[in-house]
Amino acid sequence: MATLELAIEEDVAATPARRVRRLGPLFWVAFGWMVVVFAVALLADVLPLPSPTDMDMLERRAPISAEHWLGTDGLGRDELARLVYGARISLVVGLCAPMIGLGVGGALGMLAGYFRGRFETWVVGSMDVLLAFPPLILALAVTAYLGQSILNLTLILGVLGIPAFMRVARAATLTLARREFVIAAQALGATHLRILLRELLPNVLLPLAAFFLLGVALTIVAEGALSFLGLGVPPPISSWGSMIGEGRESLEAAPRLAFIPAIAMFLTVLSFNLVGDTLRALTDPRQGAL
Amino acid sequence: MTGRALLSVEDVAVDLPTARGNLRAVDHVDLALAPGRTLGIVGESGCGKTMLSRAILQLLPKQAKLAGRVMFDGQNLARCDEPALRKLRARSLAVVFQDPMTSLNPVLTIGTQLIETLQEHLALDLGAARKRSAELLAAVGIPAPEQRLAQYPHQLSGGMRQRVAIAIALSCEPRLLIADEPTTALDVTIQAQILDLLAREQRRRHMAMILITHDLGVVAGRTDEVAVMYAGRVVERAPTQALFKRMQMPYTEALLGAIPKLDAAPHAPLPAISGRPPDPTRPLAGCAFAPRCRYADGHCASAKPPLSAAETPAHHYACFHPLRLAEGAGA
Amino acid sequence: MLGFVARRLTYLVPVLLAVSLLTFLIASLLPGDLAYVILGDQATPDKVEALRHDMGLDQPLLIRYVGWLGHILQGDFGRSFRTGQTVLQAVAERLPVSFELMILAELAGLLIGVPLAIVCAARSGGAFDRFVTSSAFGMLSVPTFLSAILLIYLFAVELRLLPATGYVPFAEDPLGNLRFMALPALTLGFAEWPGIMRVLRSDMIATLQEDFIALARAKGLKPSRILFVHALKPSSLTLVTVTGINIGRLMGGAVIVESIFALPGIGRLLVGAIYTRDLVILQGVVLLVATGFVIMNFIVDMLYAVLDPRIRHGHA
Repeated sequence: MATLELAIEEDVAATPARRVRRLGPLFWVAFGWMVVVFAVALLADVLPLPSPTDMDMLERRAPISAEHWLGTDGLGRDELARLVYGARISLVVGLCAPMIGLGVGGALGMLAGYFRGRFETWVVGSMDVLLAFPPLILALAVTAYLGQSILNLTLILGVLGIPAFMRVARAATLTLARREFVIAAQALGATHLRILLRELLPNVLLPLAAFFLLGVALTIVAEGALSFLGLGVPPPISSWGSMIGEGRESLEAAPRLAFIPAIAMFLTVLSFNLVGDTLRALTDPRQGAL
Repeated sequence: MTGRALLSVEDVAVDLPTARGNLRAVDHVDLALAPGRTLGIVGESGCGKTMLSRAILQLLPKQAKLAGRVMFDGQNLARCDEPALRKLRARSLAVVFQDPMTSLNPVLTIGTQLIETLQEHLALDLGAARKRSAELLAAVGIPAPEQRLAQYPHQLSGGMRQRVAIAIALSCEPRLLIADEPTTALDVTIQAQILDLLAREQRRRHMAMILITHDLGVVAGRTDEVAVMYAGRVVERAPTQALFKRMQMPYTEALLGAIPKLDAAPHAPLPAISGRPPDPTRPLAGCAFAPRCRYADGHCASAKPPLSAAETPAHHYACFHPLRLAEGAGA
Repeated sequence: MLGFVARRLTYLVPVLLAVSLLTFLIASLLPGDLAYVILGDQATPDKVEALRHDMGLDQPLLIRYVGWLGHILQGDFGRSFRTGQTVLQAVAERLPVSFELMILAELAGLLIGVPLAIVCAARSGGAFDRFVTSSAFGMLSVPTFLSAILLIYLFAVELRLLPATGYVPFAEDPLGNLRFMALPALTLGFAEWPGIMRVLRSDMIATLQEDFIALARAKGLKPSRILFVHALKPSSLTLVTVTGINIGRLMGGAVIVESIFALPGIGRLLVGAIYTRDLVILQGVVLLVATGFVIMNFIVDMLYAVLDPRIRHGHA
């Protein structure tokens, strides 16, 4: 429970200032699960798994057996193999999309926070416009125009993450830019580029990295939702979202087809949230600051 | 102790756990107050006077630990459960806080805040409660009381807000009113008006009152008795006249000296007590005032002076080197 | 107050213009020409060119945008070339369903979240508080479609208490309507309560430390009155904002939930338009939804002023 409470403490005024925080066992369980998912996704091709796309119409919705560890789905495809390859999609999209947000949003936020003025007004204003669209609806509309592919999915989910990363980076830069070491660098005649890269970036990167993990969790959910609706990853590629969507058709006959990928997704999202939130609490110098 | 006490505080101590360790906010205090009498509690900020008032009112923070007895009209308040305390509040025990800006609820009208108190404790219907609320506002000197009932606290000036807070405190005819620095947050020009209002209502209603302040000048003409607190302890206690005539404690003298005087030369430096009160999480072995006291010696640093009686009746002080004949009534 | 409204309104206009421009650009710049979509892959280039000319697609982008915006400002959002329905008709038909869903969902979220927050704040740090805050954190990791599946499995498949899909209008059969709405609203409410709970809880904890709460206790008021009358209202400012911001998430969630539970709302209109590549409907709905979202945020700002008399009287 200790780690869970970390997430809560930020808003409890009663907790006395800073004490040395220990990463509780739950943190390490979450971290362990993340490692397992990463390893499995990386080694999917090497692992002795049946093909995730080979159909066997005689073995539809087969129960758990020695041959099919988690049984087969409605088209006779091996559930475990689909789960493992699905992890790949979730992680590829889940990691790449926030990279876009991190890169673009982080850069915009730092520049806006450092240079202020009209540039900042424009950046913040255009982010407001982007935020005017309910994210999932914008994602749906754009994938509808662009067509379904992993690349398009990643791009649009990445763009949607830009405003949030921009805010984090800008807020961090705003407070850092007034600190002594930045003012000292300016007084020594350092160029803007040098200050941004050498002085600010290493310090802004920390809160951004913690936020990145929360972004991964959000993206995995968004990718899942789109694939669940059949508008994400195009078939026959397996993704957790599309597996849950397909499993929903057979909730009565074989509920496990929906619940196994659902549990995998929940645990993964929860792990990223837990680890991200713990790191955020650790890197945030101001308690309870958002 | 004069007459039968309405309130007697017996050996009360309050401990607050903090990040830096245990903080003793109130250190074994004894006080008594008879019905209809007034007591001034005087001390610098942080001396524990507010915590003492919260201990009497049973409004201490959740994590605070209270020891000792708070006897009110024969009942130990520290042992009362919430429902029993609720019955006593407003009708027997009322309070006026320091800052009316924060002690009145910003999102409720003045009428609501008065009427709810009346309806909670007295069997009044809404119409009667409204009428009585308007009367109360008029009694504390608020013009156009009917219209005020529909207004929010921020629409009133600071002095008016404090008058509203006093009206709320008086609403159920309490037998004891605790006024915790009631004028500190107000303009100097308003302060005397509010203090006079409190004194007038106290006499008229014949209620007991505790007036908490950091200003010895405030209690001078307005209280029957004064208790001076320092670092959580009562260091001198006496009838007001006796105290000003013959103060015994060097700290009391210093407090009196800290009041700016009108006849002082222009641009003369404001008198202040040098040094700071001790860290309440690191109690001293000896007298807590010793490090700042000009009469202190080695004995003061190693042993705590007990609160002992002076020659004049009902006068107590805690000092090894009382002023006695030194400077006498130095004021 | 009037100045406050005017200031917010002047910000609203450029944002709405930018929103319309972005909607238009997405539909115009991205591949997939409308004329091809209408005529199909087999169309001859001549025919496509003629249709493009008829529809004004060969004009410069800026002129097309101004023309399009002009039509929209006159209330003409276009007409679906598949069903012949105008965008406004299609939206008006489905809006009540989505509205009902979102209101019921927000209600469900508030009904679960607010009492939990109050109890947790009143006994913060206790076992119940820790249990609820931990569960809320866990719930934040459950996507809407997961709780939908879970609820369907529980209430429709296992217990057979509620229907999994279907819809009747409220006017025809109020009870039947609520039966169909129960699971979708609960699904969305499940996603809403953790946020509501966390925000209200931490604000309540802060409010309970205020002087006016101490005075309310000193007045001998009942704990329930202190919590609900004295503490809840001053603590609900952030909650109102969060509820407003949630509308956006709720709209996204409604798309999924309407698809899962087969409710004929805006979300399904949108998904249907995507499946059939009905770009006019898609463009119109996206613009309407985004506009509604921006206006909703504006209303939330106004609500702030109603809740806090200090803002209303220009003291803030």
